[in-house]
Amino acid sequence: MTTKRVTGSEALILSLLEEGVDTIFGYPGGAIMPVYDALYDYDKRVNHILTRHEQGAIHGAQGYARVTGKPGICFATSGPGATNLMTGIADAMIDSTPLVCITGQVASPLLGTDAFQESDIVGMSIPVTKWNYQITSPEEIPQAIAQAFYIANSGRPGPVLIDLTKDAQFGELDFEYKKCTKIRSYVPEKPVDPHAVKEAADLIDAAKKPMILFGHGIIIGRAEQELKDFIEKAGIPAAWTIMGLSALPTDHPLNVGMLGMHGNYGPNVLTNEADLIIAVGMRFDDRVTGKVSEYARKAKIIHIEIDPAEINKIIKTDVRILGDAKKALKMLTANVKENSHPEWMEEFHKHMKVEQEKVINKDLRPTKPGLTMGEVISLASEKTNHDAILVTDVGQHQMVAQRYFKFKHSRSNVTSGGLGTMGFCLPASMGAQLGAPDRTVIAVIGDGGFQMTIQELGTIAQNKLPVKIIVLNNHFLGMVRQWQQLFFEKRYSFTELQNPDFIMIGKGFGIEGHRVDKREDLANGVQQMLDHDGPYLLEVTIEKEDNVFPMVPTGASVSDIILEP
Amino acid sequence: MKKEFIITIFSENHIGLLTRITIVFTRRKINIDSLTVSESALQGIYKFTIVIKETEAQTQKVVNQLEKLIDVLKAFYHTNDEMIYQEIALYKVPIEPIYESDAIEKIVRKAGARILEITKDYVVVEKTGHKEDTQALFEELNKFHVMQFIRSGRVAITRDPIERLSEFLKERDAFLNSLD
Repeated sequence: MTTKRVTGSEALILSLLEEGVDTIFGYPGGAIMPVYDALYDYDKRVNHILTRHEQGAIHGAQGYARVTGKPGICFATSGPGATNLMTGIADAMIDSTPLVCITGQVASPLLGTDAFQESDIVGMSIPVTKWNYQITSPEEIPQAIAQAFYIANSGRPGPVLIDLTKDAQFGELDFEYKKCTKIRSYVPEKPVDPHAVKEAADLIDAAKKPMILFGHGIIIGRAEQELKDFIEKAGIPAAWTIMGLSALPTDHPLNVGMLGMHGNYGPNVLTNEADLIIAVGMRFDDRVTGKVSEYARKAKIIHIEIDPAEINKIIKTDVRILGDAKKALKMLTANVKENSHPEWMEEFHKHMKVEQEKVINKDLRPTKPGLTMGEVISLASEKTNHDAILVTDVGQHQMVAQRYFKFKHSRSNVTSGGLGTMGFCLPASMGAQLGAPDRTVIAVIGDGGFQMTIQELGTIAQNKLPVKIIVLNNHFLGMVRQWQQLFFEKRYSFTELQNPDFIMIGKGFGIEGHRVDKREDLANGVQQMLDHDGPYLLEVTIEKEDNVFPMVPTGASVSDIILEP
Repeated sequence: MKKEFIITIFSENHIGLLTRITIVFTRRKINIDSLTVSESALQGIYKFTIVIKETEAQTQKVVNQLEKLIDVLKAFYHTNDEMIYQEIALYKVPIEPIYESDAIEKIVRKAGARILEITKDYVVVEKTGHKEDTQALFEELNKFHVMQFIRSGRVAITRDPIERLSEFLKERDAFLNSLD
């Protein structure tokens, strides 16, 4: 192998290129300037996106990672640059998103001296990273970066942070790169145990009311086809978690919809009627289970999961299948009998009819003059032929979007699931667009979350990213207001917003847009947005006090889901 | 029901691992009663011995989370009955009462403790045993006003005939080699 004498900064860039990096989101500053200087010579080989805030950079990297399955990369300087990444790191950790974050750090002799822009980002980020490491000498760079990529994107993915002192950036080394393929103390996935598969298959063959709950693990493990093969052979209804959305086409006959607090009526209620639950690549989040002690009491539980720490964490498992979802599902499909459960499926259809009458019709064919979020989302989905990538923020609009947007392809739903990070959507949509340049990316944001990272309109404009931004404006922090209405006697404590003229702000950034206030203008408005060449901002004025239903109130059982106030 | 568990963690010797490990406990608001870290019989592999009072279910979850840490090779948990364990205590006692009577000498003999150092001002006594034993000796000696007292964290080994770690490492190496 040939070696080359380079600076630590150049070694970092070369290492990233060795790992196939084509896009970096970042923001320069004092302690990472040598890296940016090295980057200057590589601007033809790697696309660096200068965001307007480090939080924009990390959510951008997340959006990129979620649509591509490759680790998202972001750069930030020491001190405030690094701490501004923290929310995104925590978000990526809980949503198992592979990231490699590079932070500059003060020179190693200054460590621990309260130097200018020094913060202990390694210490601070321990609980929210899968792994982190501080490099203080240039020779460590290739190996540390190789390990970072291996750890970030193997097993259950997650964010990794590498802190690089300024002297390590300036120093020189003989560069030689070798990809990391194993670490003694880390086994990312165990081989699937065929005995456990057999045991699970027997339970599946014997079940009368089986139900599959699938999550992000299907997408991460690229197991979409295996999931489809399995449910079709065994004839089992399958429900997705918010993170599992788009892993199966929405209109697949065995797709019974979304689990959880604002999920569909059938899968929630029938969880408590099922005699067998097959959970794949999901972690029984409290928003999915409702009251744990009353959850799926009639069912045996099979849990297919790559992370051993998830087994028995919330729900006691009868059969555990540790390992990769793709391999496990393939083995399971080979072991189960062909089957169908028409009467059981009919239960789901019946519940869907009830939901249709009590909730969906009101949302999608409202009789009130005020526009609903549901009709906007549904129209955007239809007009993109259910082919677009949906990126959402957090709150009412997010839940409505997850309920009514339809998917044909996997990796088409980018949202902050576990952490519920407001401000996620706009920057994540830039990353999604860069990761999938040929697809339409629709960013659906509430008026609250939009103002948390609104500065990234500048990044979108500068890079001409043709993101279609829909701001659903009800002049409220809608989800908090909904809870105040339902559980705090309508005491609307600090949830009403006086908003700026968003369209004028968009124009200030050089982004075209217009506002729709009336139903008769909506279809044209959405069409105009989609037809526009380049980024576009569509603001839709929404009925001020609409609520999202169905809803499993906090602490209630999933079968006590309510359909109307 | 909460009871005492001894958690043993084998890890690589990397900077910051102690923080990573303690965070797993503090996040769940579990107090660490005792913690000892030292190199294990295998060079380069460090052993943490941590004592907590918790339910078994919670302890199991903590152990799973500990094993998830990248630098941790393996974590086990045991009840006190399953392990042989000791703590060491040092007591600094003033010299005058020893001149005056043989009371302290008798206490030290009865406790199976030993004297490490005698100066013109004080005597240093060492006692190894379970916390109850070292505490009992403290109560006795404190009648003569113990000047300083320190007790170590717990060290423990299993009653298993096999060294679990070396078995584990053999399996791990075989597994990693099978990946090539």
